[in-house]
Amino acid sequence: MAVKTSGARIVLECLKREGVDTIFGLPGGAVLPLYDALYDFEGLRHVLVRQEAAAGHAAEGYARTTGKVGVCLVTSGPAATNLVTALQDAYMDSIPIVALTGQVPTHLIGNDAFQEADNCGITRPCTKHNFLVKDGKDLGPIIREAFHIASTGRPGPVHIDLPKDILVKETELVWPDKVQLRSYNPNYDGHPGQIKKAARLMVQAHRPVLYVGGGVISSDAHAELLELAELTQIPVTTTLMGLGAFPSEHPLSLEMLGMHGTYYANMAVHASDVLVAIGARFDDRVTGKVEFFAPEAEIIHIDIDPSSISKNIQVHVPIVGDCRRVLRALIDAVREEMGGGVPSLAGEARQQWRAQIAQWREKQPLRYEWDDTLIKPQYVMQEISNLTRGEAYVVTGVGQHQMWAAQYYKFKYPRRWCTSGGLGTMGYGLPTAMGVQAAHPGKLVVNIDGDGSFAMNSQELATCFTENLPVKTVIINNSGHGMVRQWQRIIYKERYCAIDLPGIPDWVKLAEAYGCVGLRVTKPSELAPAIEKMLATPAPVILDVCVDKDECVFPMVPAGGANTDMILTPPTREVREKAAKSQTGF
Amino acid sequence: MSNGNGSEPRKHTIAILVENKFGVLSRVAGLFSARGYNIESLSVGETLDPAVSRMTIVVHGDEFVIEQVTKQLHKLIDVIKVSDLTDDNHVERELVLIRVNAEPQHRAEILRTADIFRAKVVDVTAATFVLEVTGEEGKLDALIELLKPMGIQELVRTGKVAIARGPKARAKKVEPVKRARVSDDPRVVGFAD
Repeated sequence: MAVKTSGARIVLECLKREGVDTIFGLPGGAVLPLYDALYDFEGLRHVLVRQEAAAGHAAEGYARTTGKVGVCLVTSGPAATNLVTALQDAYMDSIPIVALTGQVPTHLIGNDAFQEADNCGITRPCTKHNFLVKDGKDLGPIIREAFHIASTGRPGPVHIDLPKDILVKETELVWPDKVQLRSYNPNYDGHPGQIKKAARLMVQAHRPVLYVGGGVISSDAHAELLELAELTQIPVTTTLMGLGAFPSEHPLSLEMLGMHGTYYANMAVHASDVLVAIGARFDDRVTGKVEFFAPEAEIIHIDIDPSSISKNIQVHVPIVGDCRRVLRALIDAVREEMGGGVPSLAGEARQQWRAQIAQWREKQPLRYEWDDTLIKPQYVMQEISNLTRGEAYVVTGVGQHQMWAAQYYKFKYPRRWCTSGGLGTMGYGLPTAMGVQAAHPGKLVVNIDGDGSFAMNSQELATCFTENLPVKTVIINNSGHGMVRQWQRIIYKERYCAIDLPGIPDWVKLAEAYGCVGLRVTKPSELAPAIEKMLATPAPVILDVCVDKDECVFPMVPAGGANTDMILTPPTREVREKAAKSQTGF
Repeated sequence: MSNGNGSEPRKHTIAILVENKFGVLSRVAGLFSARGYNIESLSVGETLDPAVSRMTIVVHGDEFVIEQVTKQLHKLIDVIKVSDLTDDNHVERELVLIRVNAEPQHRAEILRTADIFRAKVVDVTAATFVLEVTGEEGKLDALIELLKPMGIQELVRTGKVAIARGPKARAKKVEPVKRARVSDDPRVVGFAD
C-alpha cells in the first residue's frame, strides 16, 4: 500500500517532479501547511517577496527568460486578489506561470470566512485555466494538468486554489504518467497547403515584410526566423514583445513597429504587398487605425491560437500552428518555390523596395537632440546598450522609459527582454527583474524604470537585498508620470493634471534604507562612469538618472490614428491642435 | 453587435459540449459578458455520458462576432466541441409552463386552445390551469398571445435546446471581409517621398 502524506507535501513533491526549482511567494494562514512542509523540503528555493503581485511578476520574469513555467505561491483572500494584476499581465503576454493560492477549508468556502475570497471566480477571466482542489487525490493530476496547460499551445497563467484542509489531510500521491485532456489539443503543425500558399506569396512579393511578435520567442523560433529572413531577404519588424526575436542591428531589421515604432517600420508595413505576421496578434498599439493598416497587403498569419486569427485584421492566409514548426516547414516550402535560384528576390521590384526602405531609414532614423547640460533619456538607453553590449537581461516598468528602452536598446538574443506589453502594468519592473535574477544567478539583470512606475513596487528592494538578487535599477527620473505628461502636452493642450512627482522619495536614500547601493547623476558627462560603477557593484543598485523632464517619445502615433500619421518631432501648435481633434484617449 | 463589416446581425444557435465540471457554465457565460454580449437563452444538461454536458446558446450577432465567439469558446479548456447550428438543418424546441386564470367562462376556450397547440394541462384548480407546451419560439409566442386576454399569472420558459437533423452538422465558412485600399486613404498621398 502506498504511503500517505499530507496534501502540502504532495504539492511540493509534484512541483519538484515538474522540474520547479524556485517559488516566489509570501505565507499566510491558509497556506501555512505548505510553508510548514517547505521548512525541511529539499530542492526548492523559496523567494520571499514583500507584496503578492511581486510574486506573480517574478514568476513571469523567471518564465520569460528560462522558457520554463514560473511558480508563485500566496495565501487566500487579499493575497490572491493582490495577485490578480500579475495573472492578467501574464495572460495578456502569454507567459506560462502556475499560481498557487491558499483557500479557507472546504467546509467554510462560501461562508465569508476570514480571508476568504472567491479566488477561482476572480481569476477565471484572467487565467488560461483554473482549478479548485476539492479532494487530495486530485492534487497530482491537477498540478500535472496545470503545468501542461500553462506551457503548451498558447502559453498562459494557470491558477490552482488550495483549501487548507486539503493541504493538511493525509492522502496518497497520484501521479499520472501523462496528461490527456480530450478538450484541449493545440494544433502544432500548420496546414501544408496554406504553408505552400504563403511561400509562393512571399517569393512573388514585391514589397514583403515580416511582422514578428512574442510568439516567436515563446516557441524558440528565432533561429528559424533568422534563416527565413536571410533566405528570402525580407525585412523584419518586431512588436514590443518580439524584441530579441531578431537581432536589432541585423541589416534586415526594421526594429519595432506601431505607436512608438520606427518610421521605416511603420512605412514599410503600410506599403507592403505581403505581410507575414508570425506569433503576433495585431494589437491596437501595433495596427493603429485598422482600416489603414497594411491596406495593400496580402496578410499571412502564423499563430498557435486560432482565436487570434482574423480577430482585429482580416487575414488572407491563416496558418494555425507552433511558430517554430511552421517556420521550419515554410523555409522548406520557400526553397522549393524558389527552385535553384532567387530570380524574384533579385528582381527590379525588390531592389526598389530595398532602396525605398533605405531611404525611409535615412530620412527618419530614430533620433533625439543632444544636450550638454540635460541628460536625454535616449542617451541613457544607448549607454546602457553599449556598456552591456546588448547582452544584459533587460526588464522595464511601464511608461516613456519603456518605449525608449524598446527603441534604443539593441538586442542580440531572445529571452533577454521582459516588459509588460499587453496590460501595461506600472510597477512590473523590479519584481520581474527579481524573478529573472533568481533564474540566472551571476548574470547581469538591468531594470530600466520610471520614477512613477518604480514607486509602485519599490518595497521589493527589500527582497533584492535579503534574497541576494543584485538587480541593477536605472530610474529614468523625470519627476512625474512622463507618458501621461506627454499625452497631456500633445493631445490635451498642455493641461497638465495630476502628473507631478516632485523628487519624493530620494531614491538614493531609499536604496540605502533597503540595504542597497544608491547612485545619482544629473549631467550627461557623469552618466557613463555611473553606469560602469553600477555594473561593477555586486549588490542591488539604484541609479537615479535625473533626465530632461520635457523629453517626449517619438515617433508617436496618436491612439486611433493611422500608422502613417506619425508625429516625428516635438509637435508644433498646429500638430497639437490636429491631434486634439482626433484624440480618442488612451 | 455589428462591427460594420457588412454581414447582418442575426440570431445564432450554438451547441457546445463541455466537461461536466463546476465552473464551466460560468466560464462560458463569462466569455459573453466580458465582451458585453447578451446571451438570449442558455440551456444546459447532461448528455448520454454523465461526464459531458451539452449547452445550447442563442446569441445575436453578425458573422464576425459569431466567429470570434466560437473561437473563444473553443479556447476554453473544458469545452470539447462547438457547433453553430444556425445554417444547418436542425430542430429547435423550447418548453414553457404557463399558469393562466381559468374563469368559468374561459375554461373551455383555454382547453380548446391548448388542444390546438398540443399543450398539456398539468395542474388544475378552480381558478387556474397550468399548461405545459413545447415547440419553436413562434408557436410558444402565439400561444402566449392567445392566453394573455385570460390573464397569465406566471410563465417560465426553458430557453432553446437544439439538435441537428441527419448524421452531422456542416462546418461553417466565414467569408473574408473587405478592407480599405491605399487609394481610399487620403493621408497616404505622397508617403513615399
